[in-house]
Amino acid sequence: MKPKVCILRTAGTNCDTETDVAFQLAGAETDLVHIQQLISGKTSLLDYQILAIPGGFSYGDDISAGILLAVEMKHKLRSALEQFVSDNKLIIGICNGFQVLVRTGLLPGIGNYSSQENTEIAQQTTLAMNTSSRFECRWVDLVTQQSPCVFTKEIQSSIYLPVAHAEGRFTASTDVLTELEENQQIVFRYENRTNSSSDKTDYPNNPNGSDADIAGICDSTGRIFGLMPHPERYLTKWNHPRWTRENLPEEGDGLAIFRNAVEYVQVNFA
Amino acid sequence: MSNNVNEFQILNADDDELMRISREGTLSLNLNEMQTIQTHFRSLHRNPTDVELETIAQTWSEHCVHKTFKSLILYSEEGKETEKIDGLFPTYIQRATDDIDKPWCVSVFIDNAGIIEFDDTYNLVFKVETHNHPSAIEPYGGAGTGIGGVIRDSLGTGLGAKPILNTDVFCFGMPDMPYDELPKGTLHPKRVFKGVVAGVRDYGNRMGIPTANGAILFDTRYTANPLVFCGNVGVIPRNRCDKSVEPGDLVVAVGGRTGRDGIHGATFSSAELDDTSENLGSVVQIGNPIMEKKIVDALLQARDRNLYRSITDCGAGGFSSAVGEMGEDTGAEVHLERIPLKYDGLAPWEIWLSEAQERMVIAVPPENIQELKEICESEMVEATVLGNFTDTHRLQVFYEGMIVADLDMEFLHKGLPQHIKKAEWKPPLHQEMQSQDSQTKDYTDDLLRLLASPNIASKESVIRQYDHEVQGGMVIKPLVGVENDGPSDACIATPVIGSEKGVIVANGINPKYSDVDPYLSAASAIDEALRNIIAVGGSIEKTALLDNFCWGNPDKPDRLGELVRAAKACYDIATAYGTPFISGKDSLYNEYHDTTTGEQRAIPSTLLISAICVMPDIQKAITMDVKSAGNLIYVVGNTYAELGGSHYFGLHGYIGNTAPIVRTSEGKLTMQSLSKVINNGLVRSCHDCSEGGIGVAAAEMAFSGGYGIELNLANIPTGENITSDDFLLFSESNSRFLVEINAENIDAFENRMANIPIGCIGAISDTPDFIVTGLSGKQIVDTSFDKLKSAWQTPLHS
Repeated sequence: MKPKVCILRTAGTNCDTETDVAFQLAGAETDLVHIQQLISGKTSLLDYQILAIPGGFSYGDDISAGILLAVEMKHKLRSALEQFVSDNKLIIGICNGFQVLVRTGLLPGIGNYSSQENTEIAQQTTLAMNTSSRFECRWVDLVTQQSPCVFTKEIQSSIYLPVAHAEGRFTASTDVLTELEENQQIVFRYENRTNSSSDKTDYPNNPNGSDADIAGICDSTGRIFGLMPHPERYLTKWNHPRWTRENLPEEGDGLAIFRNAVEYVQVNFA
Repeated sequence: MSNNVNEFQILNADDDELMRISREGTLSLNLNEMQTIQTHFRSLHRNPTDVELETIAQTWSEHCVHKTFKSLILYSEEGKETEKIDGLFPTYIQRATDDIDKPWCVSVFIDNAGIIEFDDTYNLVFKVETHNHPSAIEPYGGAGTGIGGVIRDSLGTGLGAKPILNTDVFCFGMPDMPYDELPKGTLHPKRVFKGVVAGVRDYGNRMGIPTANGAILFDTRYTANPLVFCGNVGVIPRNRCDKSVEPGDLVVAVGGRTGRDGIHGATFSSAELDDTSENLGSVVQIGNPIMEKKIVDALLQARDRNLYRSITDCGAGGFSSAVGEMGEDTGAEVHLERIPLKYDGLAPWEIWLSEAQERMVIAVPPENIQELKEICESEMVEATVLGNFTDTHRLQVFYEGMIVADLDMEFLHKGLPQHIKKAEWKPPLHQEMQSQDSQTKDYTDDLLRLLASPNIASKESVIRQYDHEVQGGMVIKPLVGVENDGPSDACIATPVIGSEKGVIVANGINPKYSDVDPYLSAASAIDEALRNIIAVGGSIEKTALLDNFCWGNPDKPDRLGELVRAAKACYDIATAYGTPFISGKDSLYNEYHDTTTGEQRAIPSTLLISAICVMPDIQKAITMDVKSAGNLIYVVGNTYAELGGSHYFGLHGYIGNTAPIVRTSEGKLTMQSLSKVINNGLVRSCHDCSEGGIGVAAAEMAFSGGYGIELNLANIPTGENITSDDFLLFSESNSRFLVEINAENIDAFENRMANIPIGCIGAISDTPDFIVTGLSGKQIVDTSFDKLKSAWQTPLHS
């Protein structure tokens, strides 16, 4: 069976095409679905096993990044989303999608929110303005952490992906950071390449000043995953900024993340 | 008349009165044009309404109709007979394309952008525009709507192209200009710089279009008149490139609402700026990139379902231009009260002329309107039927049931009288700079200072603010090398993800040579754009060009003389290289007038040449960073003592008189041969020699690759006897490259380049040392690649 992926679009989504290509290369069947189709009921989220929220500037990132789409999802798609999650299906949010997941509270989702019926899902962390105070596009090295994340199963210990955002500084209270650490919910950290004696990674290796160098996190089940870097932008070696000078494998580091999702669905929803 | 519609009393007006009406209405019409309009309305025995006169003024504006490029020019050059040129555009630009006659040119100069073939399924569209006047007054809004406008040009070409790549070139005043030297009423160059970059960043990034190529230039003369060139490449199915309008088709507006923003933009940008221009608040438009993204999302779906027959964008002149152009061959009827407004209180002519952003007009057969509206609704975009196209050959505009404009399409589009203008060219004579060579002279400091000059210094802090990775197809990025921070010659994108076919985009621009001769400046701009294409693996056989002229006031014979020189070069060089022009634009009147001192300043005559090349196999691409120690460095192409307008002379306060010539027979052979050896895999890295010559090119290759280089000037091939080290190192002769060759490929490389002047001038070393040995055998540069890099990276770092 081919897993079905709902690639969610709205005004300002702009990484939908390459996310679509990534999932297709990984063996999935994909639909680009506008949120209005889900809200109006023309399309049902429950027909899919994977929900992908791609990068972009949903609703212009007005107020702050991802917040309007998050509010729309929480209030207009709440029951479908809760059903989707409790069916053990997969959600990935990339860049703006990560910002949306954080603002819905689906990430990090500390505490069992699905049992908190009729209460507001709380936002526990945020993705704030980069310490450089501006949008930046650059490639970063990431260290894969030990985590239950389905998307990064058996992935290489170090991978290389581009970031492109203005609001990517992962910020949380010490308590939440400790809990994330203990639950192994940190999936990727920016790699400290210049100063190995320091435990804090300097700019630009940590491109946005994120707490604990966090680039991506999952929920405690590992089925909901969000990250600032763009795995869909490194699918083949021709995406790599130095392919003209280095011997690289044909496949880009990003593809494994999509393939893991597809394989998980094939095993668990056969 | 009522309903906020007034008549202009022109029937009995004398010449002074006609000019007063033009001036006070910001119509930018000259006396001859006003008289032509007067004669037309006398034959109709009535005065024009404000809607009518404004429509004519927009349609006939320099911005919309490019009358200078179509005017009859009487051109005189010292010692030569006066030459009659019947239109610079037909004579030098369009004729070049006609003479070159490339079968892969699909549509040139007709549509909103040029179209060339890409592969069996798709074509490419490319357009570059300027948004100079608005950016001078409001840099953020002006630049943002500049990129927004050129994206709509791609969307308005054929039946709509998907935008895939942005390119931006900016010219500013010096960033360190003392505040007390700032001309009255102008913004500081630093503020313009930051605002323009932020405007382009916020619009381009939100649209999800990679900005992957560009340049930033600095010259004091751009202080009051900054230049903002915005370009966009789009991809379009081959069977969606034709458009037509049928009588009965509905006139449908798609996108944002109409407000009082950007009124008179077209006529305003057809005039000089002065120290009161900053008060013209309403002429700058307000951008909303998410609205434009929604329009793209909706219209590309509608295009693929064949729901409309024609499309164009509302740019300069707003609906008046868009509907007027689309209905030129049929006629159109529009009802202004149907147009959704941002707020109440607009007079009919304001609704009709508003340049509010993010609006497209499409021609929809009535049977498709329901489906079109459903698509727009699903993407949360407004689509409104404004009227329909007719077979009357008249442009008829109604407001609340009353006819407020009834214009003959023939008069509107063909009635503009041809201008007759005088142009003259007198070669300037500048003081010549002598070589600084001496027994003790060391050029390390000159090289470091060149790298640190703002025109050459790294633009990384700007480039990183643009998303150059979105859409997942950027194969050669704007920053390359071991630390991803070297200056790439061009960018390469794959419009179809996974396809090995690529598109290369590059630019060439050399306003400093205009101080010597605009002919050489234009010729060098073409050569430079092509060199950048070749340097990453492209070929001139598959390259098309765009021309964007930014000039001073063409009513002044000396300025127009410079324009004639540049246009002549465009024809000569493009035809010699076989690279056709597919689209172009001009922005004139880039002058500043200080009303208190009477001082008049023009920008340097500036021609931007943008090049686009289809690359069959992106796997053959190379970059400019050196790859490994032991490899050899060759110069390809002859060096001449050509330092007029060079950065080296500029560093020492000179202009000189010998700007680089383009020797097309040498240059063409060089580029063809080099392109072949690159595509045969014999070249590890390649960088073109431009600003700062061989010295700067070698330094950039070294620090981008993270290796030292040792060079010896004695082996540089020269086209004339050059005996001084500095001239060899910093001459900016055209058609030259530095290439890195692996030792095992030396024979193959030299054999295949047997007919080309080449010289092995050095090798890449494992040490950080960057050393240049002069003709006398003495070391004239002794430094390290990291010092060079630091000099290059520091100035524009923040």
